[in-house]
Amino acid sequence: MKKNITRRNMLKTSTAAVGAVAGAGLLKGFPAIHAADAPVIRYLGTAVNMGDAVQKRLFDDTGIKVKFIVKTTDEVTKTIFTQPNSFDIVDSEYFSMPKLVPSGNLLGMDTKRIKEWDNVTSAFTKGEVAGKKIGDQGTAPKKVMYLKGSGSKEFSSEPTQHVTLIPTVYNADTLGIRPDLIKRPISTWAELLNPEFKGKASILNIPSIGIMDAAMVVESMGEYKYPDKGNMTKKEIDLTMKIFTEAKKAGQFRAFWSDFNESVNLMASGEVVIQSMWSPAITAVRTKGIPCVYQPLKEGYRAWAAGFGLPATTKGRQADICYEFINWYLSGWVGAYLNRQGYYSAVIPTAKKYMESYEWDYWMLGKPATADIMSPEGKKLASKGEIRDGGSYEARMGSVECWNATMDENKYMVRKWNEMVAS
Amino acid sequence: MPNLFKIKPSVGLLSLPYSLVFIFFFFIPLVLTFVISFWDYNEYSIIPDLILENYRYVFENCFSFENGMCVTFKTYLSTFMFCLITWFFTLIIGFFVAYFLAFYVNSLTWQIALFLLCTIPFWTSNVIRMISWIPLLGRNGLVNDFFLSTGLTSTPQEWLLYSGFSVVLAFVHLYTLFMIVPIFNSMMRIDKSIIEAAYDSGANGFQILWNIIIPLCKPGIVIGSIFVITVVMGDFITIGIMGGQQIPSIGKIIYVEMSYLQLPAAAANAVILLFLTLLIIWIMTKMIDIRKEL
Repeated sequence: MKKNITRRNMLKTSTAAVGAVAGAGLLKGFPAIHAADAPVIRYLGTAVNMGDAVQKRLFDDTGIKVKFIVKTTDEVTKTIFTQPNSFDIVDSEYFSMPKLVPSGNLLGMDTKRIKEWDNVTSAFTKGEVAGKKIGDQGTAPKKVMYLKGSGSKEFSSEPTQHVTLIPTVYNADTLGIRPDLIKRPISTWAELLNPEFKGKASILNIPSIGIMDAAMVVESMGEYKYPDKGNMTKKEIDLTMKIFTEAKKAGQFRAFWSDFNESVNLMASGEVVIQSMWSPAITAVRTKGIPCVYQPLKEGYRAWAAGFGLPATTKGRQADICYEFINWYLSGWVGAYLNRQGYYSAVIPTAKKYMESYEWDYWMLGKPATADIMSPEGKKLASKGEIRDGGSYEARMGSVECWNATMDENKYMVRKWNEMVAS
Repeated sequence: MPNLFKIKPSVGLLSLPYSLVFIFFFFIPLVLTFVISFWDYNEYSIIPDLILENYRYVFENCFSFENGMCVTFKTYLSTFMFCLITWFFTLIIGFFVAYFLAFYVNSLTWQIALFLLCTIPFWTSNVIRMISWIPLLGRNGLVNDFFLSTGLTSTPQEWLLYSGFSVVLAFVHLYTLFMIVPIFNSMMRIDKSIIEAAYDSGANGFQILWNIIIPLCKPGIVIGSIFVITVVMGDFITIGIMGGQQIPSIGKIIYVEMSYLQLPAAAANAVILLFLTLLIIWIMTKMIDIRKEL
C-alpha cells in the first residue's frame, strides 16, 4: 500500500512538472530595480525594432539602462490592464487606446515636456502628409491622440496639452509578393483572392489586423464600399467573413500566419507568393537573397502607429527619467535607426541629421540608391540603382487608406474570424 | 546504532509540501477559472457576477443545424479526430518500440542509449522543430522532389504540409515517447518466468503477446494514452503551425479570447475543455483500474 502511494505521487509529480513547463512561459514579470545613480527603465513592448545597438547608445548618451519586457501586441495591452505597475514605460499602439484609456491605467502625457513636440509629424497630429489629408478610417492616431486633461479618460477632438501616447514609429503596410514567382505586375488588393494564386496566398491570423486587410481586399474587388473599414457593423463583418470563408473553402490559402517568422518562412520557401506582410519580414526575406517586394497597391495602405505611454502612477524622479528617455528617443539617432529598417520616425527632422544623404534620398525621398543600402545590422538590403518599394515618404504615407483599429463590434468580429478559421 | 529510517514523520507532514504546491498552484487557480467563467466582462475589465452568458455564447447556434455545425462542435469534432488518430498511431508505434527495447535489447547500456535516442525530438525548440518540416514536406521540399523526379506524381503534392496529415505526423513524431515510457516501464516489470512458462506450455509468439504481455502492459498503455490525449486535446501550437493556422483548435480559441481580454469567455471554454478531457480519462480508468494494477 505504501508503495502504491509513492508511485501515485510520482505520477502526479510528473504531471505537475509537465504543467510547470507549460506555465513557465507565462512567468515573465520581474521586480523593479531603481538604484539612485543608475536608472533602469522597465520597457514593456514588442521590442521588434529595439536592437542591442539602441540600448548601448542610450547608455552612452544618458546613462539610462533599459530592461525589456518583451510581449506580443495583444499581450502588451493585456499587461497594461492586469499588471499596470509591472513596467515603467510602455510601447503601445494607437489602436489599443479606445480600450486602454477608459481603464485609467495610463498617464496623460505632457507635451510641454517633449522637446521635439512641435516637430512631430503631421500624420499624427493632424492626419495630414505634406499638407494633404490622408485616409482616417479605423483608429487613426489623431482621433485618439489628445485627452481632455492629464488624468482624463476621455478623448479630445481638439489638440490639447495632454496626449495618450508620445508617437515614436509608424508605417504603411501592404501586401508582400514574390515577383520572381508571380512574373507579372500586381496593382490591387483584390489579387489576394485571385484564383490564379490558389493555394499560394496567405493572410495573418490576428483578427484585429487581418480583418482590415480583408476589408481592403473586399472593397477592391468591388463587392462592397465600407463607410468605415475600421468600425464595421455586424452585417459588414458577416459579408467580409463570408467572402473569405468561401475563398478558404476553395483552397485559396496555403496557410495563415500569426507569428512574424512564419510569414518570413512561408514567403522564403515559396509556399506562398502573395500575402499580408510587415515591413521587417520583407527585409528578412530579402537579406536571404530572395526577391520579395512590398507591393504598393492602388487602393492605398493600411497604416499603424505606436508610441510611448506611462503608467498612471508615474511621478517624481521616475517621470523625469522616463521623459528623459523619450526625449532621447526622439532626438534623432533612434529615428535614423528606425528609418533604416523601413519604418518612419515620428520626428523626421532630427532623424535626418543622423542619416547619410544617400540613405535619406533612398528611404525618404524615393530616389534610386546611389550606393548599396545597408540595414542597421550591416546586411545589404538594396543595391545601387534600386528604388524603395512604394517610393517616397509622401507617396507612401500620403496613400494611407485606413489604420489598424479596435471596432465597437470587436467581440462579434473575433467570433466570426474564429468561425472562418474553423470553416 | 540509531537508525534514521526509524524516525517516521507522519504521513500528513510528508505530504505537506506537495499538498501546498498542489493547492496553491493547481487547485486554487482551477477554482478561480471556474468562478470567473460565470463573470461578466467588458473591453477592459472583468466584473464579478453569476451569469451563464459565457457558456451560452460557447454553444451559440449549436442546437439549430440550419447553417451547418457551429464552430464549437466543429472544433471539438476535429480535436477528437486528431486525438483518436494520434492515439492510435502513437500506441501502435510506441508499443512496438517499447517491446523491442524491453525484450530484444538485452544490455541495460543499450536500452538506455536507445531510450535516449527516442528523446531526440525534444532536444530542439517546438518552433524550430516544426519549421524544419517545411524543407521536407513543402511544395519544393525533399518528398515532393522525390515524387516528381521518380514520376510518381506530375505536380507537387500540397496535402503533405499545412493539412490534417502534417498535424498528425507532427503529433505522432512528438508524442510517441509519451507512450514508450510507461509501456516500457510496464514491460520491464513483467516476470520473464511467466513468458517462459507460457512458452513451455506451448503458446506461440502471438498468443504470448496477446494473452500475457498486452494484459500486463495495460497500466502503461492507459497512462501513455492519458498523456497523449490530454496533450492533444489542449494543443494549439502544433495544430496552428502544422495546420497552417487553418485548422481550428479549442486551445487557439481560448488563446485568442485571452489576448482580447475576454477572460470569462476563455474560462468557460477552458472549463468545458477540462470537463471533456476528464470525462475521457474517467472512461479510460473505468476500463482499467490503474490504482489496482500499479
